[in-house]
Amino acid sequence: MWIGIAIVLAIILMAMLAPFIAPFDPNTKVANPETAPGGPFLMGTDRSGQDVLSRIIWGARVPLAIIAVATTMSLVIGLPIGLLSGFVGGRLDRILVLVMDSIYAFPGLLLAIVVAAIIGRGILNISFAIAVVYIPTYFRVIRNHVASVKQEPYVEAAMALGMPRRRVIGRYVLPNVAQSIPVIFSVNAADSVLTEAGLTFLGLGLPPGIPDWGFDISLNWQRFEASWWATFYPGLFILILTTALTFVGEGLNDILNPLLRKKEYKSVAEA
Amino acid sequence: MTSLLETRGLSVSFETPEGPVHAVKDVSLRIERGTTLGLVGESGCGKSTLGRAILRLLPENARISGSVIFNGQDLSTLPAKAMRDLRGRNIAMIFQDPMTRLDPLMKIRDHFIETIRAHDPTVDVDGAVERAKKVLADVRVPSDRLGMYPHELSGGMRQRIMIALCLLFNPALLIADEPTTALDVILEAQILQLLQSIMHEYNMAVLLITHNLGLVAEFADQVAVMYAGIIAEEGATVPLFREPRHPYTQGLLRSVIDLETQTLYSVPGSPPNLLGESIGCPFYARCEKRMDVCKSVFPEIRLVGEDRRKVACHLY
Repeated sequence: MWIGIAIVLAIILMAMLAPFIAPFDPNTKVANPETAPGGPFLMGTDRSGQDVLSRIIWGARVPLAIIAVATTMSLVIGLPIGLLSGFVGGRLDRILVLVMDSIYAFPGLLLAIVVAAIIGRGILNISFAIAVVYIPTYFRVIRNHVASVKQEPYVEAAMALGMPRRRVIGRYVLPNVAQSIPVIFSVNAADSVLTEAGLTFLGLGLPPGIPDWGFDISLNWQRFEASWWATFYPGLFILILTTALTFVGEGLNDILNPLLRKKEYKSVAEA
Repeated sequence: MTSLLETRGLSVSFETPEGPVHAVKDVSLRIERGTTLGLVGESGCGKSTLGRAILRLLPENARISGSVIFNGQDLSTLPAKAMRDLRGRNIAMIFQDPMTRLDPLMKIRDHFIETIRAHDPTVDVDGAVERAKKVLADVRVPSDRLGMYPHELSGGMRQRIMIALCLLFNPALLIADEPTTALDVILEAQILQLLQSIMHEYNMAVLLITHNLGLVAEFADQVAVMYAGIIAEEGATVPLFREPRHPYTQGLLRSVIDLETQTLYSVPGSPPNLLGESIGCPFYARCEKRMDVCKSVFPEIRLVGEDRRKVACHLY
């Protein structure tokens, strides 16, 4: 998990410091197109003669911003309706579960493409398109967890003491289900990196001129044999970021899910 | 003067996929101010459901009919918000399993603060803590426990804290649903003594729900014996224990170990399934004194004997 956190932090730092550490302007032609890696161009240049390294450094900004906005958005929407649906139950619950399940049934990228195509380009729009994909994940996990916490004797006791429903949900139920949030958050973040790259690769979402890993791959992949580096490095970074976020998620899951941890100790002891 | 609490023809049924389950049938009870009514019966006879029905704390699939009159006010028609405010303020409830009745993620202090502010948002944190200390002293819990989490406390201590939470607004009625079942005998005695002294201090009536006849004999002024959702017999404690009239009550009172012969009597059979409609007396299958009429005619409650005790049996 610490490796994951370190890598994610390093990429965030890289994105924030982009203006200072990128050797060249990402959007200008600085050398002959498709210069091989080496010399001042550590990762070579792409088919427009732009420095690949600089584009990767700058290009970290967009995925990170989109992941942050999208996962936050889906949390902000998915959590409250999950709480409500799980706690109130009944007809409202059945309707919400049906809606969420039908969203969930779509392949994520396909759904994001549809939403992105409808609402148009822009970082905020694409974030929303991705958020829609992940709302059901929050909803389902939170709703099921709430439905079980709701049965806890202390919830009934709080009601018997005259606690209003809203307070019971906010003060008693929410803290007891909050443990599942960080795990979904990081797992969703990892997944949304891929969805974002997929969207930009397909040319949906971002206005031109913004460096982005997925977009760079789509620009250069047809020239893979002549200049593999222009496709390989952005792809590598997508892979690294996704893997790192997955590590974080798995690590959090181990910490927040003591049963799994016990198993781990056991297998260590047996070995 | 009217009774503190009166249920009139209170019935509760649960909707299930197999059909309605009639957990409580046409129960009419009275609790006077400052007194204790013991509600006894086997597991599953509907006694806990009755307690929760008074507070309208039942799951969604419950259908309640009849009325609950508290202090002259019909609770069954009370809006949800007023009902909510009444819980914990006028009628409070403690439960069987104190180990799980406190939120594990919340310090004891916060339980008090939340409860007080739910009813009176004008109280600030310091004021709430002051009030918490006062009721904690009444249940003999040192106030340094306020900073602890529930898992740091024993079962007896947690039950005292639950009681303290109930006392905050000096309710007129405390519903105690098997308050000592999960505790050992010594703690049971302590908690009961505590409840008794608090009852007097706070002039509180108690609805004591239990399967423990000894507890009722010692603690209750009135006893209602519940069987399969109905009240089989109800009356003042001493005469009822001295001379039980309903065959079920007689069986229950005999189900105590006899040290001379070292035998334990038990009422034969098990309680009936409450699913669907039933005719006749619910105790028919297990009754030693059953008659033909019991099979087909439901026994209405009648007043029996010179103490005019309520008994639901065709024998009288």
